[in-house]
Amino acid sequence: MAHNAQGEHHSPSYGLLTGIWLGLLWLTGFTVWAASIDLGFLNIVAAMAIATTKASLVVLIFMHLKYENWMLKGFVLMTFAILAIFIGFTFFDTVYR
Amino acid sequence: MTSGALSQMNNAHKDYEGAKLGMWLFLFTELLLFGGLFLLYSVYLRRYQVQFHAASQELDVVMGTTNTIVLITSSWFVAMGVAALKRGEIARAKGLTLATIAFALVFLVIKYFEWGAKFHHGLFPGGAELATREQGQMVYFALYFAMTGLHGVHVVVGMGVLGLAWWLMHSGHSTGKDYVFLENTGLYWHLVDLIWIYLFPLFYLIT
Repeated sequence: MAHNAQGEHHSPSYGLLTGIWLGLLWLTGFTVWAASIDLGFLNIVAAMAIATTKASLVVLIFMHLKYENWMLKGFVLMTFAILAIFIGFTFFDTVYR
Repeated sequence: MTSGALSQMNNAHKDYEGAKLGMWLFLFTELLLFGGLFLLYSVYLRRYQVQFHAASQELDVVMGTTNTIVLITSSWFVAMGVAALKRGEIARAKGLTLATIAFALVFLVIKYFEWGAKFHHGLFPGGAELATREQGQMVYFALYFAMTGLHGVHVVVGMGVLGLAWWLMHSGHSTGKDYVFLENTGLYWHLVDLIWIYLFPLFYLIT
């Protein structure tokens, strides 16, 4: 974990940010490649898993969530949980109706 | 280093944690706004899986991939800009902010050509060609224009806010000690990137 001059607020280093950027580019190539092979239903699962990995990197490092206090982490987790509940439950309701 | 006006400003009440929490709360409402559209997408994808796949073949994967790279790179620029400003490297932070705006513009130009081609071929809600297609393809393109359109509006707004962040650094209002405006702008810009990370596979890569 990098400390800046003030030592008060943590901030990721240029090197870490660049590494995350390269990782995001690699995952973009990976998701395009994964879509080119026929996995049936698993294609959409793979695409969403890769997208969620990318989203986690952006939220944790680019958006600094990794360095925030537990309250903000809890808020973000709760928001994504609510989103998953309202999308997931409605989806399953329409699938098995 | 600090002019009279600046030291006056530093004495004014500033709530760094509050400002950042407020920005996150706004981002939560944005997530739920797009969440409604993602919900519609998931239900219709299930209902019209074959038509969605057929319609997605109309999109240009090269352009979509290019735009993904452009937006991820702009996201990296603004993250580096925030890190630079926190280190007090104002010139570098300003340059990176301008680079972010430039890449946002590139994204919109590519989007313009993509949308232009679809309109040219009558593939828009109410368009002649789309009217001959199956119901599922109409739903696909309605969602495509609604979701990438709403996302595009966010890109335009983001460019304006990034421009304001640049001006605040240029005029000495944002400094290495008072950087929350650029940091919050960065948070907003990363959210725009985050939404595209999901839009790209859902519209360009579904099989």
